[in-house]
Amino acid sequence: MERRIDLPIDEAQARELRVGDILFLTGQIFTARDEAHLTMLHAREAGEDLPFDPGAMALFHCGPVVRKAGDGWDVIAAGPTTSVRMEIFEDRFLEAFAPRIVIGKGGMGDRTQAGLEKVGSVYAHYTGGAGALAAKRIERVEDVHWLDELGMPEAAWIFAVKDFGPLLVTMDSAGGNLYKDLEPKIAENMKAIAARIEG
Amino acid sequence: MSGEGVKQTVAEALRIASTVLPADVVDALKAARARETSDLGSAQLDAILENVDIAREGSIPMCQDTGLQTFFVEAGATSPFLAEIRDWIEAAVVDATAAIPLRPNTVDPFTGANPGNNTGRFMPYINWEIVAGDEVTITVLPKGGGSENMSTVKMLPPGVGLKGIKKAVVEHIVSCQGKPCPPVVVGVGIGGGADISLKLGKKAILRKIGSAHPNPDVAAYERELLELVNMSGVGPMGVGGETTCLAVHVEYANRHPASLPLGILVQCWADRRAQVVVKADGTAEVIS
Repeated sequence: MERRIDLPIDEAQARELRVGDILFLTGQIFTARDEAHLTMLHAREAGEDLPFDPGAMALFHCGPVVRKAGDGWDVIAAGPTTSVRMEIFEDRFLEAFAPRIVIGKGGMGDRTQAGLEKVGSVYAHYTGGAGALAAKRIERVEDVHWLDELGMPEAAWIFAVKDFGPLLVTMDSAGGNLYKDLEPKIAENMKAIAARIEG
Repeated sequence: MSGEGVKQTVAEALRIASTVLPADVVDALKAARARETSDLGSAQLDAILENVDIAREGSIPMCQDTGLQTFFVEAGATSPFLAEIRDWIEAAVVDATAAIPLRPNTVDPFTGANPGNNTGRFMPYINWEIVAGDEVTITVLPKGGGSENMSTVKMLPPGVGLKGIKKAVVEHIVSCQGKPCPPVVVGVGIGGGADISLKLGKKAILRKIGSAHPNPDVAAYERELLELVNMSGVGPMGVGGETTCLAVHVEYANRHPASLPLGILVQCWADRRAQVVVKADGTAEVIS
């Protein structure tokens, strides 16, 4: 079902979301790719406070193109990056910070699935490459962290968004997983493909 | 015109490539939308087509991964500008990075340093081919990282033959699932050596969608590969659907008797490209 969501949401609300739901988010989201994940996890392990509250925002796997505009920033293009690169630490990240919605492309693996189930969060797929569409739904850049250390694509950008989507829930907290659901159908199709090649 | 003019024209080609999806690709995406039967797959194609419109109308990059700026240059042997073309292309990349803007995407693998202007050691990369005549044709291919990560080379035992190549291509593209941002364009390079097969595959994706290989047997093989990949059901963005692949383009070279190199080049739906011709009088124009 289609859901308009005002962030932040709590664990109970996140646990109601299901594979197949289409989400449009309004509120704050933060970007984090490989380097920002590591920086935030290291900060947590060192007992340091973060400069923002990731649990109150959606996490967006994204390395945007932004341009300085006066004292602020304009977002030029901001589509999702390939999420599975973050598979090696996303479960730890979920446990540490509990973002209730993880946005990316291409899906993630078993460790993240287990993390989503344990913490009570969902993974939502955003159309890969749709960087101009995403930028249109970002109202403003509210802040940026670790820009000097990590550079433009890897920094943590805080965006205020309105009706950010369509996001398709493909992994949920109840074990639902669109990619796994597709596997038997694709395996069946591969048999037909092999038969045609051999035929 | 010369130096400054050629640089500006190449920079303009980079802007067009980054912001305006070629008409053949848009048509292929619209045709895919028209025959899509999956609601989830249709929603992905709708978002892609809306995104393409927003990028074109606003002259902004269609994807935040504006790619590695990769060039293919057909250099006329009697062009007076052969010594300068590299510098002009590099200057155009620097200017276009600031003006469009493009994401700075050239990272030093040893230090992690990013010069911030899409240049660096061997970057922008230029593939040179010397041809007869006095004109230089420059094709730019801004290639995204997500799809390039799915490209691969396989050194097959020659005994598997053309059937074995079909099987390897389909299995590889299906194993990529949603990661290269399907529906993809696949360049298949066969023969030569490991490096040559990959280069042939990359050259093959420069072809327009809907074009057929001049050898009718190879053209038929391309159509067959496309049908086979699309039987998989992986669909747009890997969420399931009819169209996993918009086109398969094959290029080949003769091979060593002991080797059957297969280069598989994967290009995302944002199959961005543009072309500039530099005439012997120093004028330059964007031709596609």
